[in-house]
Amino acid sequence: MSNAVDVRSLSKSFGSVKALDDISFDVAEGELFGLVGPDGAGKTTLFRILTTLLIPDTGSASVLGLDVVKDLWAIRSRVGYMPGGFALYPDLSVAENLEFFAAVFGTTVEKGYELIAPIYKQIEPFRDRRADALSGGMKQKLALSCALVHRPDILLLDEPTTGVDAVSRREFWDQLGILKASGLTIVVSTPYMDEALRCDRVALIHGGKILEIDPPRSIGTRYGLPLIAVRGGDRFGLLHTLREFPHAHAVYLFGDELHYTDKRADALPEAVARELGEYVAARGHKDVEAHPIVAGIEDSFMELMGSAPAPTATAA
Amino acid sequence: MNLNALRAFVVKEFHHILRDRQTLTILLMMPLVQVILFGYALRSDVRDIRLAVIDPTPDNATIELQSRFLSTNRFRLETISKTPDVIEPLFRRGRADVALVFDPGFASHLRGVDPARILIAVDASDPNTGTTYLNYTRAVIARYQAELNAQNRQVQIVTETRMRFNPTLESVNLFVPGLIALVLVLVSALMTAISLSREKERGTMEVLLVSPLRPQHIIVGKVIPYLGLGFANVLTALLAAWVVFHVPFRGSVVLLLVESVIYTIVSLALGVLVAARTSSQRAAMLTAMLATMLPNALLSGMIFPIASMPAWLRPVTYIVPARWFIVIARGIMLKGVGLTILWRETLILSVMAMLLLAAAMRSFKPRLE
Repeated sequence: MSNAVDVRSLSKSFGSVKALDDISFDVAEGELFGLVGPDGAGKTTLFRILTTLLIPDTGSASVLGLDVVKDLWAIRSRVGYMPGGFALYPDLSVAENLEFFAAVFGTTVEKGYELIAPIYKQIEPFRDRRADALSGGMKQKLALSCALVHRPDILLLDEPTTGVDAVSRREFWDQLGILKASGLTIVVSTPYMDEALRCDRVALIHGGKILEIDPPRSIGTRYGLPLIAVRGGDRFGLLHTLREFPHAHAVYLFGDELHYTDKRADALPEAVARELGEYVAARGHKDVEAHPIVAGIEDSFMELMGSAPAPTATAA
Repeated sequence: MNLNALRAFVVKEFHHILRDRQTLTILLMMPLVQVILFGYALRSDVRDIRLAVIDPTPDNATIELQSRFLSTNRFRLETISKTPDVIEPLFRRGRADVALVFDPGFASHLRGVDPARILIAVDASDPNTGTTYLNYTRAVIARYQAELNAQNRQVQIVTETRMRFNPTLESVNLFVPGLIALVLVLVSALMTAISLSREKERGTMEVLLVSPLRPQHIIVGKVIPYLGLGFANVLTALLAAWVVFHVPFRGSVVLLLVESVIYTIVSLALGVLVAARTSSQRAAMLTAMLATMLPNALLSGMIFPIASMPAWLRPVTYIVPARWFIVIARGIMLKGVGLTILWRETLILSVMAMLLLAAAMRSFKPRLE
């Protein structure tokens, strides 16, 4: 089975800014592949190369076996693309947006209805409402319907959940799951770690480089150092104290707790947790709770970013 | 070309235009308001015209004619002299508007068979008032001649005119064609540039590019609705000019509309070119203003006559599309001439349209860079 996406040593610079730096990866047919990274990591540039909108400086990329530079028009009629920030016409109604994008691809809403129905049915009651009067979640559903209406062979989604509420985000990923089950290849980027967990494989991307490609669960398990979650009242004071601990490797704020990584790879996590508890208690922090945890994708990401060579610059 | 896709595109563009009520109202009212504003502003109903009379051989006849002028209430005698050398300083200092220079043999010719000659010099630094001065002056002389002829005297008064400071004359009538040229540029170039750059700003251009639509489809789809709007503007301007100011329309309306389409294509192509070089609506708007509105208004002969421009500037006007369109529109509207006279300007405009359209297609990249 050939790969749906094949990227080899891809680089792209804008002036002195290196947006993509020697990136290679592939996406199998039918895979749900995630690109995870902060703003400016190079995700959008990568999508624009895959959708034939930009030409790479060096390296090559193919989508559905077609070269992104040579086979421009062949690719364009077969991909479904959703750029960042829902590219819809705000002054057209829901139905008009959908009908327009169907016509642009030489098809009709009826012909693509079966595929988009699970998504489109949710916004169909508002079919005559102008797109600018829709909520973020509804805009997102409409944009996805527009990208799907011509029944593409691959779906490329650039940060489809940015600016959308949590419930809509979850629904959106449920819908991607349904589409994946129908055999569609999906490449999706996100800045949210929790969404990455729903992909078959994720590529962590930062500063134009891919740090690691793995199934999202196994990225965590390869974390080599003892990891302790610390909870306490004064989080910023605690952060400061923990960073002064002699064996500290890295300390980050994670929501309402702190994640502490110890330098000693062979130390027992339970022992480290006990040691930490005594250390902070001796420095005046009360009611502090410390317990070992299994590293999540976020921890890995922080770790990889910390050890990666400092990015030369960031790009959109 | 996929006709369904193109039709959908045009329909979408019409939706954009029709749903932006404010802009649409402005666009539709613009020709009307401009015709009326320009028309009234330029309509110079002048009184108190200061007259300088140069009469080398005063005589009953010349004095009679002078008194005709003064009895109209419009003319006031500024000075009377025997030698014409007073005219120049008077005009320079703005002390006289019209100078009547009688031929030394005026009175004797009036009684004989030779035509009696009179020179009318007009301060035409404001071309529109200049025309009005001239028209009033001629009317007085013509009436005098008619009265003499009514007394069975075969009199012939020949007038010769000198328009000082501004040899070619503009008038309200001449303004309407220029106005049409300006409105069309505004609607076509500006609106296309804005609507294309809006697609870029909204990100919809990215989606359009990642589709089977070719650049030429996108351009044609963008251009067709604005052609329609331009058509409506031409008709409004013509109607307003005719109803409000009775500007004559002597030639073929169909020919003028066809020429308008060619000229609109030129403007639309300019708009596409502007949009290709700008990335925001604001930049597109300002660039379109600078690159299309100003040269078309200032260098087309609409406001400032080309003949009075400095020699180095005159060749520049050849590349201003409105220059040619104004000649065509004036020819059709005011002189009633057709293609046999205007084929050269039409050809130039058509070549411009083709070249610019080709350039616009080329400038429209199928990628983002």
